[in-house]
Amino acid sequence: MPVSGSEPYDLAVIGAGPAGLAGAVAAADMGLKVALLDASAHTGGQFYRTPHPALGAVRPEALHHDWSGYADLRGRLAQSRIRHLPGHHVWSVTNESADVGATWAVHAVTGADGGDGRPVRLRARAVLLATGAYERHLPIPGWTLPGVVAAGGAQAMLKSGLVLPGRRIVVAGSGPLLLAVASALAAAGARVPAVVEASGYLRYARHPRALVTNPHKSAEALVHGTALLRHRVRVRMRSAVTEVHGTDRVEAVTVTRLDKNWRPAQGAGRRIQCDALAVGHGLMPQIELATTLGCASRSLPDGTRALAVDRLQETSVRGLWAAGETGGVGGAALARTEGELAGIAAAARLLGRLAPSGRVRALQRRRDRMRAFVDVMAAAHAPGPGWSRWLTDETEVCRCEEVTAGRIREAVEDLGARDARTVKLLTRAGMGWCQGRMCGAAVACLAACGRADGLPVERRPLAVPVPLAVLAGLDDPDGKPAGAPSYRPST
Amino acid sequence: MARTPADLVGAQPGPPFRITFDGRPVTALPGQSVAAALWAAGILAWRTTRNAGRPRGAFCGIGQCYDCLATVNGEPNRRACLVPARPGDAITTQEGHGRAGLGV
Ligand code: FES
Repeated sequence: MPVSGSEPYDLAVIGAGPAGLAGAVAAADMGLKVALLDASAHTGGQFYRTPHPALGAVRPEALHHDWSGYADLRGRLAQSRIRHLPGHHVWSVTNESADVGATWAVHAVTGADGGDGRPVRLRARAVLLATGAYERHLPIPGWTLPGVVAAGGAQAMLKSGLVLPGRRIVVAGSGPLLLAVASALAAAGARVPAVVEASGYLRYARHPRALVTNPHKSAEALVHGTALLRHRVRVRMRSAVTEVHGTDRVEAVTVTRLDKNWRPAQGAGRRIQCDALAVGHGLMPQIELATTLGCASRSLPDGTRALAVDRLQETSVRGLWAAGETGGVGGAALARTEGELAGIAAAARLLGRLAPSGRVRALQRRRDRMRAFVDVMAAAHAPGPGWSRWLTDETEVCRCEEVTAGRIREAVEDLGARDARTVKLLTRAGMGWCQGRMCGAAVACLAACGRADGLPVERRPLAVPVPLAVLAGLDDPDGKPAGAPSYRPST
Repeated sequence: MARTPADLVGAQPGPPFRITFDGRPVTALPGQSVAAALWAAGILAWRTTRNAGRPRGAFCGIGQCYDCLATVNGEPNRRACLVPARPGDAITTQEGHGRAGLGV
């Protein structure tokens, strides 16, 4: 299998968002030979997604706040000797301690779509996982209609392709991302008739210390809040979109009040006309590369699972560090802090040196302060068990396999399934293309019948689709699958 | 105040080009993904589901959900949100698993 560059690297960083960039430049500054792999053609990750250069955006920063932090990292990357490998979809990391002088093998496929490219294997003595997060979704009757898009997806398409899914876009779900999405859509010319938030922001007020010690977070909320006011966007707390109307595409949504357990109020909700709905219920750490290697994970206050890391960001598997959203969703500033800490710690280990203790302590203090706030945030937006009451039997829960809530209820109530795995085997929910990334959280919750179990550890042996020819060529060091027909798993 | 995303960032894209969707001409900008070009033309659905034959388009926008699978230049199951649009691309609605021709 072809390898990238002269091998091996000291550190392979997976993910070029704020955490990965910060980790890569910190480690390179201390003298490590670093490879930075990312699926996208550009650095920045999902947070600092920028319009494609060919779109000639003169003010890309208009779509972001806190741009200077990214500009700084990008500049340092350009000046470093880091090998940046864009368009590399990492599908597995394996331990190769038997190899002389190298411990890890990072397996990737290149290309825009991951399934059509060339295989690459790269060796490194240590790995920093900075793979970020993806969105959590809760199904709603009608949510498979064209025009219903992920809130983060709407923002991603806006930031990179300068497009909107409609002219009048309701933003709904839960979590601070909704405010950012709504203000970005409104700034880009969309009408946003409402932001519909299932939680109440009042819960933050119970933790004044976390608020006071994280002024940047309050400032961030203020920026979005002011933007929403300017665009006359109405924020409805303790409410949810409980139905999406339309035949071939979205025409309107029904918004219903919720009680504190997210149970919708009886009776008719309010109907809002729109041609798109952007929906999301917070973010979930993307950690399957690590859990497959046996890294310990932990449950967060919002029921999601994140990697467990020590004071220096190392996972429970020696030589494998993690930073940013992989350790719990907390935003770009926290990701930068943790990335730098991980980069310094990995470099100190590999070089057999002591890490600069003043810098490490400062980073650790900043991280602890921000993590405390993040926990408050996660608890405030944790889905209440009552959300399942807005499902009808016909509501599709698994978008790929078109499995309805009725069939999942049948598996749970009549066939005795008690966990997501059993439901999956009985109904095929989560067995389609996305491997449960879109429905896994909802299925686990429905299987637990409202018991607060938290999410199970996801194990996906392949983190992205891989042509079979790539897998077939794995044990053959000279195998060149190029030219062989490429098949994508089509389940 | 910005009226379009392009106004907001002061975009000065390269010359637009032509792709087709089910034979109809669609204008794309250099740097846009296939999904972005279709959204810009007001097209939100470009596949039908395997079981119920319901329309779908881009959902997650970042390569995770696979709802945006399209047939691009005859090749099915391409994630339109990741695949860059290129001049002359022929996008066609993908029906089912996109491999009806194989009889599977
Ligand atoms: S929109 Fe989700 S994979 Fe393309």
